[in-house]
Amino acid sequence: MTETIVGILLATLGAGTPLVFATLGELITEKSGVLNLGVEGMMLIGAVCGFAAAAESGSLWFGVVISMFAGGGMALLFGILTLTFQANQVAAGLALTIFGIGTSAYIGLDYTSVTLPNIDPIQLPFLSDIPVIGRLLFSLDPLIYLSFAMFGAISWFLYRTKGGLVLRAVGESPESAVSLGHHVIAIRYLAVWFGGAMAGLGGAYLALVYTPLWVEEMTAGRGWIALALVVFSTWRPSRVMVGAYLFGGVTIVQFHIQGFGVDIPSQLLSTLPYLATILVLVLISRDIHTIRLNAPASLGKPYHPDL
Amino acid sequence: MWLKIEARPAPSVRMKYLSPLIAVALTLMTGVIFSAFMSLNPLNTFHAFFISPIDDWYGLGELGVNAIPLVLIGTGLAIGFRSNVWNIGAEGQLAMGAIFGGGVALYFYEQEGAYVLPLMFVMGALGGMFWASIPAFLRTRFNTNEILVSLMLNYVAILILSYLVHDLWRDPDGFNFPESRLFSESSTLPIVLEGTRLHFGVVIALGAVALAWVFVRKSFLGYQMQVAGMANAAALYAGFKRKRMVWVGLLSGGLAAGVAGLMEVAGPIGQLLPSVSPGYGYAAIIVAFVGRLHPFGILLAGLLMSLLYLGGESAQMDLGLPSAVTGVFQGMLLFYLLAADLFINFRMRRDTAGSRVAGAGL
Repeated sequence: MTETIVGILLATLGAGTPLVFATLGELITEKSGVLNLGVEGMMLIGAVCGFAAAAESGSLWFGVVISMFAGGGMALLFGILTLTFQANQVAAGLALTIFGIGTSAYIGLDYTSVTLPNIDPIQLPFLSDIPVIGRLLFSLDPLIYLSFAMFGAISWFLYRTKGGLVLRAVGESPESAVSLGHHVIAIRYLAVWFGGAMAGLGGAYLALVYTPLWVEEMTAGRGWIALALVVFSTWRPSRVMVGAYLFGGVTIVQFHIQGFGVDIPSQLLSTLPYLATILVLVLISRDIHTIRLNAPASLGKPYHPDL
Repeated sequence: MWLKIEARPAPSVRMKYLSPLIAVALTLMTGVIFSAFMSLNPLNTFHAFFISPIDDWYGLGELGVNAIPLVLIGTGLAIGFRSNVWNIGAEGQLAMGAIFGGGVALYFYEQEGAYVLPLMFVMGALGGMFWASIPAFLRTRFNTNEILVSLMLNYVAILILSYLVHDLWRDPDGFNFPESRLFSESSTLPIVLEGTRLHFGVVIALGAVALAWVFVRKSFLGYQMQVAGMANAAALYAGFKRKRMVWVGLLSGGLAAGVAGLMEVAGPIGQLLPSVSPGYGYAAIIVAFVGRLHPFGILLAGLLMSLLYLGGESAQMDLGLPSAVTGVFQGMLLFYLLAADLFINFRMRRDTAGSRVAGAGL
């Protein structure tokens, strides 16, 4: 029994990790006041570029780095459209997703039947020998540790550094930030780029570690779930982690329900994560004051000095 | 000397209509560069993409067949987009229309009767509207983001369709393939142009364009929704009812997508399959924007997008290019359009040293 539970928890960690990366990245983007709906597209481009780079070079880490560049590059495209060209953020985000789906399918054509070697977990000395906890916390793959580190770094940055304060100021009131001498557009570019690099990393985790395969549209809506998780988290990193693992759990449980003898068709079970996303959004959004209080005040609004 | 971007005193009407043309031209140019990069002859590529698919009557018919769902859904979505109601769940609403309408066809299998097809239309429309009513209800009742809800429901609808054709509605004589029975004669759309696959849906799509034009131009609600899209504060001050706009905006998209889905399965496909649309629901979003959210513009943009679909198929056959190229160019078209739209509200100005000094003097 312990074995099954440990197995489910480990699988939950794995399924939640792409969401951790993508959601933390979008959180930073949104903190600067920019709503990038293109997470799905950036994840796919990150996944396919990372996979191709790893397959060609034989190095998984090279693939990981390339996926961040690819996701960040897509985000810069979004930045040029919305920050320099003042395009509508909703429309530009949709364009990024449509473009990402098509382009990743095109890039990935030669890689659909390629497999990659598994990443070996890092066994921390002594700690990994502790029963149960050792396997759950101290013998994970390196990218999961990276996701923990990212969570720590982002929480520290947002609430304990001057940079984090400036970022939040830009998102709350770009006009005030400008009058304090901060370069709003440049800061937003950085935040958008960071969100894209993290989405690319989330995609890379899926393609390089979780599956490890390239399949067309393999993100299956995780980019959109990440956007919903930002709302769920009420723009707080700690709740991002809770949300991401909750959803990882929902994804994993659907595979185990049938094992417990419940006879529900697999397609209908697969709707669970999407229905859970809607449920979670409803529960959070019904309290309009929480949203108003926590959402960056300038979220989604274009900023131009002339306007 | 630098180029400086400054706001125009008033939005340029000329740029509003020029910008889609610029976007198309830039997409074409990128295509030329792309084909040169792939060491293909640009002229051959152009021919394969835009000429050979429509150089006979059959091809022109196919142009219409693909344009029907794109124009219909684009028109429906645009009504919502005009008032900033973002329904991006058309792909799922299309699948629901196909399920509801196709269900009628399977229920009345091999029964001849003039009532079957109209009933299919009614159920297809209801299916699409039902699926769109979920984000509308959640938005108006619980303030839930309609973008995310309508998008999540796309996956749900497609999984339900997949379940039905794999299980409940699978063709009993179909060797276990995931597909329903072929619809009977009485539940198939009539062909309007001999020798092509162009079906009755063309009348519906053109009717929808006309109807949408009347709604946008002549009705008070259409006017209110336009005001809300341009200046929400003004609309609120005037007392326009936001909830009604959300409902109308989402249901019009759902209605259009549901009917489009029904017409796909009762027309060119003729049965229910795990996939009933090559992304029409998403492409229609681009169609709505490129068509400037105007019914007649959407008609033209729908034809263009349909040509992109056909061109992708023919480039696959003639040049061996993968069909994924279509998706790349669809996204690119929207990128260029959004970038070109800058010049509706802004213009370039040479930022000379002189003007800087003058500016500093103020």
